[in-house]
Amino acid sequence: MTTEAETLARTVLSVENLSAWYAESKVLHGISFDVREGELLTLIGRNGAGKTTTLRSIMGIVKKRTGSITFNGDQLIGRRIYEIARKGIGYCPEERAIFSSLSVKENLTLPPVLQSGGMGDEELLEAFPNLRSRASSQGTKLSGGEQQMLAIARILRTGSRFLLLDEPSEGLAPVVVKEIGELILRLKARGFTIILVEQNLRFAKRVADRHVVVENGKVVDILSAAQLDSDMERVQSYLGV
Amino acid sequence: MMTRILLLGVLAVLLIAAPFFAYPVTLMTILCFVIFACSFNLLLGYTGLLCFGHAMFFGSAAYVTGYLLKTTGLSLELALLGGAGATALLGLFVGLIALRRSGIQFAMITFAIAQFVYFLLLRAPFTGGEDGMQSIPRSALFGVFDISSSFTFYYVVLGITVLSVWFFYRIVHSPFGEVLKAIRDNDQRVESLGFKPERFKLVAFVLSAALAGLAGGLKATVFQFATLTDVSFPISSEVILMTLLGGLGTLSGPIVGAGIIILLNDYLADFGEWALIAQGVILLLVIMFFRRGVVGELDRVLRKIRARRAS
Repeated sequence: MTTEAETLARTVLSVENLSAWYAESKVLHGISFDVREGELLTLIGRNGAGKTTTLRSIMGIVKKRTGSITFNGDQLIGRRIYEIARKGIGYCPEERAIFSSLSVKENLTLPPVLQSGGMGDEELLEAFPNLRSRASSQGTKLSGGEQQMLAIARILRTGSRFLLLDEPSEGLAPVVVKEIGELILRLKARGFTIILVEQNLRFAKRVADRHVVVENGKVVDILSAAQLDSDMERVQSYLGV
Repeated sequence: MMTRILLLGVLAVLLIAAPFFAYPVTLMTILCFVIFACSFNLLLGYTGLLCFGHAMFFGSAAYVTGYLLKTTGLSLELALLGGAGATALLGLFVGLIALRRSGIQFAMITFAIAQFVYFLLLRAPFTGGEDGMQSIPRSALFGVFDISSSFTFYYVVLGITVLSVWFFYRIVHSPFGEVLKAIRDNDQRVESLGFKPERFKLVAFVLSAALAGLAGGLKATVFQFATLTDVSFPISSEVILMTLLGGLGTLSGPIVGAGIIILLNDYLADFGEWALIAQGVILLLVIMFFRRGVVGELDRVLRKIRARRAS
């Protein structure tokens, strides 16, 4: 069931029949889904299902891929990573990607401003008060939650309006997961379009509009938030929980 | 902060007083290699690129600067800039080829091109072949100041070295330098933020080549000759040793490393080939016991003491 608002919203990203390889082994087998403007979509599925690979394929980090990925009408397959980033896609990888040689402040101010509408340095420090007090510490000396905040804050500077977030809740204490969830909801309220890879179903349920279930490198189901609520059993069978 | 200013003050006094107590030519050699080691540190220490033929910049600038001084009557600073400019161009050319690859392949390409440059300079008519380029004049600085005595020239070399180290410091502490350090940490991550890493690497490579060229040109004016030794592989390996010995990716490490190696070479000169064996043993000991280099280890010990005091 889709609401009227959802059908009216413009499709920003369209993935069609995407296959991807790590060296000789094929990891994605023809994935297809769309993301609409302002939507928060999760990719859910078991470990090794291909969720992270899907994000890495969109970003161009996985080089060997076929099918089609269009972003605002532009084909991303064949493009370099930096070209994709410059189109306005911000990527926050699972390992958080904090630069260990740089301080928190340097990590935060490193990314280039690629498009107008990004958050300024002062605005970011206001939005992430923890980071202000730790500005001169080495980036990797932060706690897991703070590193996650920093990794997300950093991509907001570029002006990207489309975010790929890979398991931001992973390995964090419940209270921190809650904070991250609130941050993601604030971003959504500001009009960001987000693809979130999640294994934490409770977390995903709280924030997302739609859920794409990935299994063995294929999309096996696409559920709206309401369907997820009413049919938890089905989803749990996908996740094997 | 006060301690730092005090230390810099003591260092300044020592550097100014040094030629009264030590042989100026040895001191100037150390200073030239300080610039050379800084240029190498910019690549390996801050960008993570291992250039295996850095002597090609050092040596070819020695010839270019020497040639300009011998044939054109340019003043010293212009000849040095000419040498550095020529190696910046050479750096651009080498960088465009070598930076297509990374890691060991990058190192091997730079090594191969350095060998090619070596043979080119061996065959080129203006270099004097195996005899080298002799009697390079030390023409007046800015066309006015007489710098023919080594004692006076020491202060010119010192000034240029201080400026070069300052320039290096500015580079690594600029936003550009931060991107370089991030590239060294993980270039794919940097690219996913929207940077094109090759461009940054290329600029770093050209800057490093120019700085190495300045060092080479300066060395040619100190000794008043340029030879194939300047462009040979042992010089490329010596600068790697200096950087590792002093402390990779630290500001003062390669400066200290350059000092130690040049002084060692000087003291061990009478033992001929044994100097090389001593260098090998030192490298082995550094790798085994001083992984962060002399400055890196010293820094670690000081931090530990400070942390203990604080707690």
